[in-house]
Amino acid sequence: MTPMVDLAFLLVTFFMLTTKFAPEEAVVVDTPSSTSEIRLPDSHVLTVAIDKDKRIFFGVSDDEIKEELLKQMGAKYGISFTAAQSKAFRGAGASFGTPIEKLPALLSLDPEQRKEVNQDGIPADSLNNQLIEWVIAARSLSQKQFNTAPYIAIKGDGQADVPTVKKVIKLMQEKNINRFNLITDLETKPVAGK
Amino acid sequence: MAEIPQSGGGGGKGGKKRAKKMSTKIDMTPMVDLAFLLLTFFMLTTTFSKPTVMEINMPVKPKNEEEKSEIKASNAFTVLLSADNKIFYYDGLLSGDVKPELKESSYGADGIRKELLSRHTNPNLVVLIKPADDSNYKNMVDILDEMNITDQKKYALVDISKADTELIKSSGL
Repeated sequence: MTPMVDLAFLLVTFFMLTTKFAPEEAVVVDTPSSTSEIRLPDSHVLTVAIDKDKRIFFGVSDDEIKEELLKQMGAKYGISFTAAQSKAFRGAGASFGTPIEKLPALLSLDPEQRKEVNQDGIPADSLNNQLIEWVIAARSLSQKQFNTAPYIAIKGDGQADVPTVKKVIKLMQEKNINRFNLITDLETKPVAGK
Repeated sequence: MAEIPQSGGGGGKGGKKRAKKMSTKIDMTPMVDLAFLLLTFFMLTTTFSKPTVMEINMPVKPKNEEEKSEIKASNAFTVLLSADNKIFYYDGLLSGDVKPELKESSYGADGIRKELLSRHTNPNLVVLIKPADDSNYKNMVDILDEMNITDQKKYALVDISKADTELIKSSGL
């Protein structure tokens, strides 16, 4: 039995070390599947999630730029964040979906309570377009920090409506962002009969 | 402060010696159970953690009208995505005087994929994908995926026009 146990523990150690837990998502997004086999990179990803209630969520994968991003955005909208709040923002899950006015209150909650909050989405209409400000700020910070433009990933729910997705794409196109990655689940590729 | 009791210190004089003679084999079954439980857990969590992405490049917004490229009607193939997972297509372009014949199809392998493959003979074919406002995102991803499957290189996501919605309505499909 000992060799088997040795092997089992070896595998346990291997999987334990290689696993990276998916960060807690603020919203449940059931992505559609596609046959694309390109994997989403781990870092330098800006995620725009769209759920089925047309709410928009935003997330940054790099922890290094999160605090600076929050500071910049706070300065822009005249909202100051305490050190504890910006630390909470750094440690917060993958994405958030509140207007910046409500962000300090959300960040003051402890992680368990934060999960319970029903976030109402980041405003992205023409009058109050915070989403694009987040994207632009995060993009330029990422450019400065890592010298590469981040991937823009759109994570839409299968039941999300097309106008919201198109609106998000259009907003970015206006800012000269033309390359998107649509996050999907893997599906086996059928053979196209030729 | 915390003193570690010398357990068994007063218990037996000969006890120690006797314990040495006992078999060194211990029952490993619970440990192995746990090891395999952990193994299964980590194996399952790793495989599903990484999502895939579909790359989509949108055209750069043309600065003036002249930069916009026109496509010939003979090279155009329009796919309309409508509500309730319905999909329609027509060849050519829709204009005031030309009304192409609208056909209904499906997302399955025998539906739109066949139509796309049968048009593969035309290398200049451009597929115009027009998702209606009441279609859902899954439809959009599905049709973009069909482009991948059928190896269709030229396609564009276009806004649906009023004429297109009217064409669907008037066709009665």
